[in-house]
Amino acid sequence: MKPNYTRPLDLRSGRIDLNHGAGGRATAQLVAELFGRAFDNPWLAQGNDGAVLPAPAAGERLVMSTDGHVVSPLFFPGGDIGSLAVHGTVNDLAVMGARPLYLSASFILEEGFPLAELKRIVDSMAAASRAAGVAVVCGDTKVVEQGKGDGVFIATTGIGALPPGRTPGGACARPGDVVLVSGSMGDHGMAIMAVREAIAFESEIRSDSAALNGLVEALFGAVPGSDVHVLRDPTRGGLATTLNEITRQSGTGMMIEEAAIPVHPQVAAACELLGLDPFYLANEGKLVVICAPARADQALAALRAHPLGANAARIGQVIEDQHGFVQLRTALGGMRMLDWLSGEPLPRIC
Amino acid sequence: MKYVDEFRDGELARGLSAAIRREADPARDYAFMEFCGGHTHAISRYGVIDLLPHNVRMIHGPGCPVCVLPVGRIDMAIRLAMTRAVTICSYGDCLRVPASDGLSLLKARARLDKSRADIRMIYSAADALALAQREPQREVVFLAIGFETTTPPTALVLKQAQALGLNNFSVLCNHVLTPAAIVAILEHPEGTGVKLDGFVGPAHVSTVIGSRPYDFVAAQYRKPVVIAGFEPLDVMQSILMLVRQVNEGRSEIENEFTRAVTRDGNLKAQAVVTEVFELRDHYEWRGLGSLPKSALKIRSEFARWDAEAKFGLDYTAVADHKSCDCGTILRGEKRPAECKLFGTVCTPETPLGSCMVSSEGACAAHYNYGRFRDVTTAG
Repeated sequence: MKPNYTRPLDLRSGRIDLNHGAGGRATAQLVAELFGRAFDNPWLAQGNDGAVLPAPAAGERLVMSTDGHVVSPLFFPGGDIGSLAVHGTVNDLAVMGARPLYLSASFILEEGFPLAELKRIVDSMAAASRAAGVAVVCGDTKVVEQGKGDGVFIATTGIGALPPGRTPGGACARPGDVVLVSGSMGDHGMAIMAVREAIAFESEIRSDSAALNGLVEALFGAVPGSDVHVLRDPTRGGLATTLNEITRQSGTGMMIEEAAIPVHPQVAAACELLGLDPFYLANEGKLVVICAPARADQALAALRAHPLGANAARIGQVIEDQHGFVQLRTALGGMRMLDWLSGEPLPRIC
Repeated sequence: MKYVDEFRDGELARGLSAAIRREADPARDYAFMEFCGGHTHAISRYGVIDLLPHNVRMIHGPGCPVCVLPVGRIDMAIRLAMTRAVTICSYGDCLRVPASDGLSLLKARARLDKSRADIRMIYSAADALALAQREPQREVVFLAIGFETTTPPTALVLKQAQALGLNNFSVLCNHVLTPAAIVAILEHPEGTGVKLDGFVGPAHVSTVIGSRPYDFVAAQYRKPVVIAGFEPLDVMQSILMLVRQVNEGRSEIENEFTRAVTRDGNLKAQAVVTEVFELRDHYEWRGLGSLPKSALKIRSEFARWDAEAKFGLDYTAVADHKSCDCGTILRGEKRPAECKLFGTVCTPETPLGSCMVSSEGACAAHYNYGRFRDVTTAG
């Protein structure tokens, strides 16, 4: 008997068609030859409707988070929708203080999407999840008619284990706390903007997309859990919006030093050109840390000792303010608000 | 960032701040209008107010292109997209300007059948022309707005469209003229309490028109003008120069922005503008009303690419919301926080007036950067 009665997927020039989402043999083949091979782990290999996972260690609690990814372009300098789908959810778990363990992945594919590109995305996703030490244990695939999707949408859900003693949360910021960031602001947002608008710069601006769980562990290794009051990854809306979310949740205000916030010179130049503000651009591999003032130096040193936190900086402090204003001392020496993002960041006219 | 950071230096700012404090006469008040939204933005974004003495007040002028665009003009563009199956292209901020029926270009976009029509944000007039060339079956209309800065690029695409014989491209022209707006500010009969001591003159506009067109402000109205760049140190230097003119009883046109502005401006740009555009008899400005010879229209030689002619569009004036103080704010008679709607029903998310739309608008600038000053806070 022949070892194999099906023709393998044509990963070079094949395309997604409606059969791949019909739930029959074509779906099974796509799952086995593409997703199963790339993500390869015992839970997925069981092929059941769900993954049976071990209970967390005694004293640990579970944290769950979900994130939908609809980025355009699908591929950009520094990453792609696959790695982003992993980092997005891993980081949501990590900033809860949790160790991310498992992911689910739901793919919505558009009819006609090239299998070669899908393979690139899935391989990148697999590499990112392996690097983060997180397994993709279950998934789903749907196909929508041409024109009803934007190539690929990926929704990921993650589960992590929260060790006892870690309680970071937006409501926990207190007046006197110190605000740190793990590196330069706005890299991801500007990398996407540059590709989308076909703006060519002398040196390429790369997305900072990265899994932050290692950096978070390094931080908790250096600072007692109860002294890390808030952890956030400033994604959509950028640093400014994240800081405002925190002051609103905690009923405090903030005083931030503009000159202390790291921004790559290329990103600053591109913002200048387009009339944008780097503090409102998305980051996908950066951490905002708010900690007790006595621990600020330790926390900063721990961040800087990690490759993802080499440019970490102390940018300001939490103050009492019932209005929740985030105030910025400008490099010029004046004051202004660093307000919520309003609408999409749009370039100015003059 | 080289060539930019030099104009935002904190130490130089402290020096200028000390000089202004030293020279401003404590026995009197100074009220200067920064005409341009670019200056308003710089003042708010860099916190320049904190570096000025209390008796030097900056009044935000009408030089924000989207702020002076009346509702009726946005309605024209929305009607075109909704009923004539065209693709409207315009600059980012313009898409958010509130229009009739609770719409804006951005909201109208969500209601369009995208297979027929669209509304798109572009970075330059050339992008709109390129779209028309790339997709000949698509009818592209460039909603052109702005003062003299953005006029030459519009003139160039019109010339290119003519040279290419492009049939699917036209321009809905809303280009306006700075000197006419300054006259309106100086002559407005309802002017209640704005006693202006001088103007921080336009930066980018002046690179095109030069400093000569402001001569009448000094000659006829005895007001000093200092043309200034859009960087915060430019603004501070120009304020110091204005304080000196006032103290010495001078009314002159001075140029702080000599690195970019000359007496005659950009003659090539002026020539191409004159070739393509002519003066409109009247144009309605938001907040300033209908002003004679204050805007440009496309010359009849280019009528094939004039959206108003091509689609037979008529302008219908639409009254602003009756509680909206955009008009008095644009004329500098009221501060943003004095408007009843400010920060209550009119916010950057739900702007009722156009001053709340662009970050150059007086209300949006105050809302986004300065409203913490309206309440006393710790720190």
